[in-house]
Amino acid sequence: MKIAVCMKQVPAVSEGNMDPKTGVLLRAGMEAVVNVYDLAALEAALRIKESTDAGIHVFTMGPAKAESVLREAFAMGADEGWLICDKAFAGADVLATSYTLMRAVRAVGDFDLILCGKQTTDGDTAQVSGGLAGWMNIPHINWTTEIIRISDKEINVRYNMDNRTVTASVSLPCLVSVEKDSFMPRMPSLKLKISGKKKAVHVLTIGDLGDRDKEHYGLSGSATKVRRIFPPPRTKHQEPVTLDGDKAAEYILSQFSDVNLF
Amino acid sequence: MRKANTEEWSGILVYVECRQGKVHPAVRELIGEARRLAEKLQTSVYGAAAGGGLDRVAKQLGDCPLEQLYLFEAEDEYTPVIYEKIIAGCIEMLKPAIVLIGGTHEGRALAPRLAVAFESGLTADCTSLKIDEEGNLIQIRPAFGGNVMASILTAQSRPQFATVRPGIMEPVTAGHFPEMTVVKRRVNVADERVKILGTRETESRDSITDQKILVVAGRGVRKKEDLEMLRELAKLLGGGLASSRALVEKGWMSPGEQIGLSGNTVSPQYMITCGVSGTVQFMAGMKQTKNIIAINTDSNSRIFEIAHYPVCGDLYEIVPKMIERLKYKSSERKE
Repeated sequence: MKIAVCMKQVPAVSEGNMDPKTGVLLRAGMEAVVNVYDLAALEAALRIKESTDAGIHVFTMGPAKAESVLREAFAMGADEGWLICDKAFAGADVLATSYTLMRAVRAVGDFDLILCGKQTTDGDTAQVSGGLAGWMNIPHINWTTEIIRISDKEINVRYNMDNRTVTASVSLPCLVSVEKDSFMPRMPSLKLKISGKKKAVHVLTIGDLGDRDKEHYGLSGSATKVRRIFPPPRTKHQEPVTLDGDKAAEYILSQFSDVNLF
Repeated sequence: MRKANTEEWSGILVYVECRQGKVHPAVRELIGEARRLAEKLQTSVYGAAAGGGLDRVAKQLGDCPLEQLYLFEAEDEYTPVIYEKIIAGCIEMLKPAIVLIGGTHEGRALAPRLAVAFESGLTADCTSLKIDEEGNLIQIRPAFGGNVMASILTAQSRPQFATVRPGIMEPVTAGHFPEMTVVKRRVNVADERVKILGTRETESRDSITDQKILVVAGRGVRKKEDLEMLRELAKLLGGGLASSRALVEKGWMSPGEQIGLSGNTVSPQYMITCGVSGTVQFMAGMKQTKNIIAINTDSNSRIFEIAHYPVCGDLYEIVPKMIERLKYKSSERKE
């Protein structure tokens, strides 16, 4: 069994701020980390590997420094790491990102299962996994809380919908995105961390993807364009009441007029 | 991206999410928004539903300003491939310029598949939609975690796909509109790859969306153990504890307890935010709250813009005093 896990490097602090005068995003010096939701996807893959002979390939798309995502994945137990890195890939929206991932996964081989985190902390949309499955023309299940069983042919999963949980049997190949709380990531192992440092990271550039047309990738392959970025309009500034501990407590509790608190 | 002759595409299609013949409340909000956009564009609004119990769906939308409602009989529970094929077929036939989909679990599973099928643009979780001079949809959503807004265009491809979270737009109000045409279609879409084995309704009794009083923990909470103090306050008030996104990302709170565009939309009677700065994405999920009490040490916090009772102070000073007062009161009552 071959499993692909998609992981992304994101800014450590998701709430980027903006210079209110110049409109420039204040992202300088921000530390980068692995998107916390993607660690759950890797954990799900590792649990499958424990009961099958699955090989786990991790894919990450980003700048050269995103290699550290793959090193972290090696330390948890991933077998191979693929860095999808090319200037042509920059500025991609949902459509172009998922296209690039599809090309990369296909270039590496036939995978039985693709695992993703439920969303990233920077984009926050939970849309790339569905897009990737769409490009691959395979079924996908989001918000998965449990992998009940997996065989060579199918996977049984339990997942959340708005007001219900659903169990389904899905034929392979398919894509599954997982909920973070159900797959708490294991601690990296020191031994794997050391061996992972020496492990080769494979780099995929546009020439490796079987489609060299730059118009299909990055900003030029994107259907959406950000026209403008602006600070949210301030409605009105209210002067807050400044109160100390007990005075504030009394003030706050006195507001609960409609509720019989006592 | 597939470049489209944009003149060939017109009208607005609303995806009518329904289950067991019951229309999701987000649909009326999408129709309300579609109507506003359609007036600007001088165009029509269509609806498309797939599933079971479709006669009841048509009945529920009978008072809505839809020109045509398409009903596609299918397995009631959503599955990715079949629903994509059905709605993609409907889009192919109608060629709408805009497709609006609820930002629900189902909508967010369906939307990216459709966007890829048409190789067009998708903007998720829009908080505001407008039309520009050329008739393109201006899609506004928070970006970079929520302190910045982005306005986004899908100028060259069609349809323009947008999802909107429930509770964001004003629902359409019942009225007397020209009667809509209901079109029932049988579709021949088979796909054996996903088999539904069972569904179970989830208990929502303890869910934060059902609480009348919510205490909300934000980034101002310094360590995980301090949440106990806020949990105690919530309990004494007879409410529940929720949080902003920051604490969910830290793993201190669960996604089900998160308020905001990327979490839950809530509208309790009372809310006390403790150390929440008030990002756009957070406020989008709670601005309907009737009484917002905000505690924050930064007098310039955005949360104070919408708070009814803005308190500039330290939650670590204030919350213990509130607990003390509530405990004293309850012991007094016992005596």
